[in-house]
Amino acid sequence: MSATTNRRPLFLTIYSCLVFAFIYLPILVLVIYSFNRDGVGGFPPRHFTFDWYRQLTTDSALWNSVLNSLYVAAGAVFVSLTLGLLAALALDRADFPGKALFRRLVLLPLILPGIITGLSLLMFAVAAGLGRGLTAVFFGHGTALISVATTEIFAGLQKLDRRQEEASLDLGATPWRTFWLVTLPNLRLSLIAAGLLIFTLSMDEIAVTFFLIGSDNTLPQEIWGRLRRGITPEINAISTLILLVSIILITIWYRLRTRTQKSSL
Amino acid sequence: MYSRLYKLAISLPPLFWVTLFLLVPYALMFAHSFWVTQDGVILHNWSFHQYKELLSQPLYATVFFRTMRVAASVTLLSLLLGYPLAYFLSFHAGPRKELLYQLVIVPLWVSYLVRGYAWKTILGTDGVLNGALQYLHITHEPVSALLYSPFAVILMLTHIYTPFVFLPIYASLEHIPRPLLEASSDLGASPRSTFLRVILPLSMPGLLAGATFAFVLTLGDFLAPLLVGGSSSTMIANVVQSLFGAAYDWPLGAAISVFILFITVGLLFFTEHLEKRWTFQ
Amino acid sequence: MSAAASTWSNPSLLEIRAVSKRFGEKEVLKTLSLNVAQGEFLTLLGESGSGKTTLLRLIAGFEQPTAGELWMSGQRLDTLPPHKRRVNTVFQQYALFPHLNVSENVAYGLRANNTPKSQIAERVQQALAMVRMSEYAVAKPTKLSGGQQQRIALARALVNRPQLLLLDEPLSALDANLRKEMQGELKSLQREVGITFLFVTHDQEEAMALSDRIALLKDGALEQIATPREIYAHPATAYTAQFIGQTNLLRATVRANIADCGEFKFPTNSPDGPALFSLRPEKIFAASGTPSYPDSTRFFADIRQQFYGGSTELLELLCSDGQVVRARINAAGPLSGRHEFFFFAQDAIPVKP
Repeated sequence: MSATTNRRPLFLTIYSCLVFAFIYLPILVLVIYSFNRDGVGGFPPRHFTFDWYRQLTTDSALWNSVLNSLYVAAGAVFVSLTLGLLAALALDRADFPGKALFRRLVLLPLILPGIITGLSLLMFAVAAGLGRGLTAVFFGHGTALISVATTEIFAGLQKLDRRQEEASLDLGATPWRTFWLVTLPNLRLSLIAAGLLIFTLSMDEIAVTFFLIGSDNTLPQEIWGRLRRGITPEINAISTLILLVSIILITIWYRLRTRTQKSSL
Repeated sequence: MYSRLYKLAISLPPLFWVTLFLLVPYALMFAHSFWVTQDGVILHNWSFHQYKELLSQPLYATVFFRTMRVAASVTLLSLLLGYPLAYFLSFHAGPRKELLYQLVIVPLWVSYLVRGYAWKTILGTDGVLNGALQYLHITHEPVSALLYSPFAVILMLTHIYTPFVFLPIYASLEHIPRPLLEASSDLGASPRSTFLRVILPLSMPGLLAGATFAFVLTLGDFLAPLLVGGSSSTMIANVVQSLFGAAYDWPLGAAISVFILFITVGLLFFTEHLEKRWTFQ
Repeated sequence: MSAAASTWSNPSLLEIRAVSKRFGEKEVLKTLSLNVAQGEFLTLLGESGSGKTTLLRLIAGFEQPTAGELWMSGQRLDTLPPHKRRVNTVFQQYALFPHLNVSENVAYGLRANNTPKSQIAERVQQALAMVRMSEYAVAKPTKLSGGQQQRIALARALVNRPQLLLLDEPLSALDANLRKEMQGELKSLQREVGITFLFVTHDQEEAMALSDRIALLKDGALEQIATPREIYAHPATAYTAQFIGQTNLLRATVRANIADCGEFKFPTNSPDGPALFSLRPEKIFAASGTPSYPDSTRFFADIRQQFYGGSTELLELLCSDGQVVRARINAAGPLSGRHEFFFFAQDAIPVKP
């Protein structure tokens, strides 16, 4: 029986509650004011309304930007999952000169401020004659998010029992067949989880996008543009919807992740 | 057990992609920083001109040191909020641990923009906080110092990075074998000295990882100053962003970016080294 | 005895020719040669790190030898990839595919080898019947007990009719009782299917109970290969004597066909000089009231400790010259003090150090 694990210190409990409040209060305020008839300022919020959400339904510029974001995110998920899977496999089971450098390079966008990745890709896009636009954004997201895919899938690979693959080869399946019949099915949950995460991150991404965007806006860029024109409860409504979708996706991701951890035991 | 062909098949595509879309662009940025512009055209004349420019203009130093101060403040505040929270969840949360953990994780991935915007609506002159203060008769006029100040930037970024800092700390606390704590108290250590002499050292890798994350990402942030900071809190990345925008001086912008990149990578190596020192296996 | 003897004098199925394996600096197998006879149950026995699992993985094809060759049925084996070898493995933790059910697991190898669909169903059924698991055909392997998983792993391997079955400590994950039961099943299964079994274990009792022959490995080299009875009765080295069963090692000096070991002096055929003898504890007898046999060595010793073991008990004896030896005698009730013991000279087996 340890003193440190059983007594619940009052001060620490209160402090933790305050930290939770700090994390959640701004988000809560944002949601509440999306239902406030009298706009974003003013206290307390008085008249409940769905007007701001109703206005969104006819906002074609907004929905165009949502479509653009979906297009970019779908592409980014495909590219970064495919390459992230291969990169994770390579880091796990291949040896080649420069492997340590390769690992660092792949994971760098995870920690590097988005502006660096965004700008260097901008210079590349211009030099390659691609120019700014959704295609450049797609390449940017697809590349930067390989880091997320690689870490997620690599973690899944560490839980994969190598003997499963050996058993498959042992039973006469070719390496190619073993990959499809054993390796991939075992990584299924990791792949779905990584995909969800990448999708969410790509939908929300702004720092890299900022430098690569052309005339077609992604959703965050559209919001960013509107913010410069002033605060309206409409933005609260959009943000609330984004929040809702993010929370749903993240919760599914979290469930999948804990399931992979449990099934590995 | 894997054949040569298999190893080539898994290594070559990501190697090719990463070289083309990461290594080449970074190299291109590096190259730009040695070039110059003349009448809005980039000339490929190799020189240290941009770096000399950086060192000679005191404005850059001012902005740089402000950025460092903001980054240090955000890191410290995120640690002050994140560590106790992680400690509480790991050791005292009881059966609700899983749920609480999930509650911290969710905002981690929730849109940066959405959270930044929330602060803008709270801190503004017509904002929620001023409204509340006046409603409660604490103030009689809107306090305008809340928004558009380094304070607002620090507040917003602390809000964003606290869950980031929490995550690795929580992971390292969870990895501490519980019998160690029992052994410590069994050997007569008070909870305080158990914390200082067992828990804190063993959670150091997580703490360092979290701190690095908050520091480096704040260092390269340009959106928070634009959103809630105003001109008094311009940071180094804002300078880069304007050089790539209206000012159109890519080589100088690239030189500052290379500078940020080097600080980042240097810091990563440094903390990685420290983390190794604090890892006991 | 004669059945076992005839089995291992069969022609060789697998020939391991001077195989070495290095992992970086570490030499795990040192120029090891070994023949596995057609139809035998051969056990690779050794401590962890002795190289037995590495040898198995070389045969299965998961690792490549650094030097040497493997031949099976007159064909080079080590150049083939694992999926082209007519060798199947029962893995330590079974390695059943968690995303496939029992019959899909068993059918895996047949599907991989493009066996006609009509045959697959039939052979899977036969294989499941053979291990008495027919009723679990659609269960997921994670829902099965350890013993059941073990049977499925056997069925999954045997359904492919391999020339050689490799078993990597297949019983080590089971608890003691189930383990004994599975040992019996394994042995009768091997007789039934007539497939050559190459079994890896670190458990010498298991090796003794199951095998036609035991190959004892030490530090990546072959220490001794023989039938269980032979290896127990005539261990070639001190290591073998100590690893398989318990023994007393007597350090003696031989002069003119007499081994001199302090308290004990006994006749021997060993050449003059220092020598080492293995004397099993059950070959030391209590002398109380028995007549003196002509070729026996008698000695007095104090009983220092007594370990009761049901039908027998193990005595730890302190001889007057300070040597400690162990004797296993029939249970005789609590003993103490000084007693007389004896052994026969032919039971002291000369071993290499």
